[in-house]
Amino acid sequence: MNDMTPIKATTPKDWETDQEVRWCPGCGDYAILKAVQRTMPEIGGTPENTVFISGIGCSSRFPYYMETYGFHTIHGRAPAVATGVKLANPDLDVWIITGDGDALSIGGNHTMHLLRRNLDCQIMLFNNEIYGLTKGQYSPTSRIGTNSPSTPYGSVDRPATPCAFALGSGARFVARGFDVSKNLPEVLKAAHAHRGAAFIEIFQNCIVYNKDVFEEFAIPKGAEGHQLWLRNGEPMLFGSDKSGGTKGIALDTEALNLKVVDVVDGDWQSVGVIVHDATNRSVAHMLVEMPFGEFPMALGVLYDDPRPTFNDVVLAQNVSASVGKTADLGKLLAKGQTWTVEDGHPEV
Amino acid sequence: MATAFKEDHTGAHTPVHSDAVVVRFAGDSGDGMQLTGGQFTLSAALSGNDFATFPDFPAEIRAPIGTLFGVSAFQINFGSSAIDTAGDQPDVLVAMNPAALQTNVGALREGGLIIADTGEFNQRNLDKAKYSSNPFEDGSLAKWQVLAFDISALTLEAVKPFGMGNKDALRCKNMWTLGLALWMFDRDRQPIIDWLNAKFAKNQVLADANIAALNAGHAYGETAELSGPLKQYHVDAAPAPAGLYRTVTGAESISYGLVAGAQLAGLKIFFGGYPITPASAILHHLSRLKEYGITTFQAEDEIAAICSAIGASYAGQLGVTSSSGPGIALKGEAMGLAIMTELPLVIVNSQRGGPSTGLPTKTEQSDLYQAVYGRNGDAPMPVISARSPVDAFDCAVEAVRIAVEYMTPVMLLTDGYIANAAEPWLVPDLESYKPFPVEFLESVPEDGFKPYSRDHKLKRPWVKPGTPGLLHRIGGIEKEVDTGHINYGPANHQAMTDIRSAKVNGVADSIPDQIVEQGGSGAKLAVVGWGSTYGPIKQAVRRKRAEGVDVAHIHIRHIWPMPKNMGELLKSFDHIIVPEMNTGQLKTVLRDQFLVDAKPVNKVSGQPFTIAEIEAAIESALG
Repeated sequence: MNDMTPIKATTPKDWETDQEVRWCPGCGDYAILKAVQRTMPEIGGTPENTVFISGIGCSSRFPYYMETYGFHTIHGRAPAVATGVKLANPDLDVWIITGDGDALSIGGNHTMHLLRRNLDCQIMLFNNEIYGLTKGQYSPTSRIGTNSPSTPYGSVDRPATPCAFALGSGARFVARGFDVSKNLPEVLKAAHAHRGAAFIEIFQNCIVYNKDVFEEFAIPKGAEGHQLWLRNGEPMLFGSDKSGGTKGIALDTEALNLKVVDVVDGDWQSVGVIVHDATNRSVAHMLVEMPFGEFPMALGVLYDDPRPTFNDVVLAQNVSASVGKTADLGKLLAKGQTWTVEDGHPEV
Repeated sequence: MATAFKEDHTGAHTPVHSDAVVVRFAGDSGDGMQLTGGQFTLSAALSGNDFATFPDFPAEIRAPIGTLFGVSAFQINFGSSAIDTAGDQPDVLVAMNPAALQTNVGALREGGLIIADTGEFNQRNLDKAKYSSNPFEDGSLAKWQVLAFDISALTLEAVKPFGMGNKDALRCKNMWTLGLALWMFDRDRQPIIDWLNAKFAKNQVLADANIAALNAGHAYGETAELSGPLKQYHVDAAPAPAGLYRTVTGAESISYGLVAGAQLAGLKIFFGGYPITPASAILHHLSRLKEYGITTFQAEDEIAAICSAIGASYAGQLGVTSSSGPGIALKGEAMGLAIMTELPLVIVNSQRGGPSTGLPTKTEQSDLYQAVYGRNGDAPMPVISARSPVDAFDCAVEAVRIAVEYMTPVMLLTDGYIANAAEPWLVPDLESYKPFPVEFLESVPEDGFKPYSRDHKLKRPWVKPGTPGLLHRIGGIEKEVDTGHINYGPANHQAMTDIRSAKVNGVADSIPDQIVEQGGSGAKLAVVGWGSTYGPIKQAVRRKRAEGVDVAHIHIRHIWPMPKNMGELLKSFDHIIVPEMNTGQLKTVLRDQFLVDAKPVNKVSGQPFTIAEIEAAIESALG
């Protein structure tokens, strides 16, 4: 290939490596891998300008299966490595693959700061609420009472909510999807279109250590009553009614919180169903905190309101701080208070 | 050197000539002693003296005023011949308060001069300094000369015209004291006046007040000279090779060396750092040099600092990170990743006293084990060490060279003493350094692309993401020989472990033979050192050789791997001693690598060795 080769559209096949995929049969990761390989041609990505960077855990094997550049780093540190990659070459399309333990436990600090700084990249957090690769210990997103090898009497600590963590850290794009969802490519495309750190929580079924913990909402069909798919400019409707839903999300003006309302004959306006505005940060906070069961799971793009990216501002400052200066190290060293010695005698 | 402070009077009003003088400025950490010392150093430099300095300050930024632990000191040894240490014993101690006197007077040579501000010797401050009686009155200072007067009052008087408050006015005390010191050593005031004008360019009153204090201190010397112990001394310029000179600290020269190294390699620098004493100065220096193609990144922690640097190296820049012992410990796992992925990286360790938080502002050499051995798995990594602020420049260039020529992380060891100390520097001719340009792999080689294929140095190719046709994945899991695919196979792990080790050992092919600084091979005794013990060892060996003792000095830059002649050289000596500011770390490595009977000489007081201590060790080794 050279510069004259015309850019040729890729197919999902072009994004597959020759490496044997080593996840457990039936693992949700397979579906996510397929969704990503399907998405890449659609966003017009080029394999050589794409880098997948991961930490440690089942999900973090992901880069080996993508025909791109890839870096399988160390536990929790993918955001830090990605920061160096992107600052060194901002033309690269950087994807971070991580899990609930990798991103929120050992790497929580880096995740927070990457989101706060707003590095231009996509962060796909595979949340299966368990440590899979180390054989089933509970994770920072496991629900209270999770029985695991390290918590034989049930876990006692409260779980973290990944999207609430992301918003709290200053994320400007927060989305949710799940492994076998047909909408996942659409969510990934929106994340890629966002300039800045795009945080995507993907519920992923660990069929060995935490089977079907998301089965109430994370199935391809039949869970419409538990899925609130958010689309910018559209009312927050859910339920099985073909006309768009039988229930909606409205604002409870007394409790100053969200509430579920019944929608009759498609008349969502009269019951005050909220129209999704992805730039509304306050509503985003409420959406990510909706208690599941009483409320549906908010899915899709919950929040999307770009700000200048870290890489842009760092590199702009590098340029502005260099204006009018020449990089002459010899001159720099000879600058300031110096003295000259001639024939062994100093001369100030 | 202390012993050279001769009082060979030639007349009451002409300066006494001295070969070398050691002066220590000591005061409260808020008294500006480091600033005073730094400016005095500049005046010594501009007078052509050779010098070495030792800033010694507390970990607390502003410890409670007047306390013993809040004392900050700055020592300078300057002379008309070669100076290699900050001096064993001060000849002059400037003590700005009772605590400064209490903690420093013990170091003053017998007969040395104490200059003290009596304005601070009130009951309250005497109590804080644990003096049960006033030392000026109880005879406890009898073995020294004492010049005690009210510097505080004299300063207030001098700056009165500027209408400052008492507190601000007293802040000019350090300049008054500097003025007196400049008079004592026959120095030109103008460079300091220029510096004050520049420093306080936005506040002319402060500039004028400080200059007035400086002038008043100077004038006091002239008028008070007539009687008592205050005399003027003159230290001639030291002979030095012709050329342009400046002063430089270790932190500065490492920063410049990294820039020079990156230019010789044809790379941009990415520096990932996290604030830690005494390493932060490198981050500060580099962050002002953006026009040299440097991106600096203050990361959220030490781990992110090194990981971001690894990411940048992966993307084709020179990744650099820097810290001190505790931070280096945090970086350990990521160093293993750089070793496994065979990416270039420079890690600077400005050592300080340990373990744990230890002695943040005091110097030590106790991270040698950590540098050579301190990672999980068999994780070989080249280690080099700087001996002085000036030497740190060449060491930084060398660290960059090894990193890119061998695709490996390299650790550069320096220490708190080198980082902060200043010495004169003959500005190097950058043209004299041989470039080592990096060649990235940009197309598929004839026999196909294998990310872990190797050249004759066992170096793997460096491929920048973004290069078409060379897509590949790397990571911390064991790599298959050549292909770089994941491979846990027993034979493969053996082969890769052997390759990593052979590659790093091969660095020895690119470094010069170990030289003997003084004396030659086969002497009765070799004193083997590394890092900042260079000055005291050099002077001690010089003195002993002048006495006819058969002793040699070897100073090691390349700690790992060592020069190829090292084993044979060490075995030529009857005895070997290894002075180190730790409990015997290089000694262990020498014994392990060469089966020689290296004997330890250890000091871990947070202070550098004195020349006398090394001399005593030489005497004792030769029984």
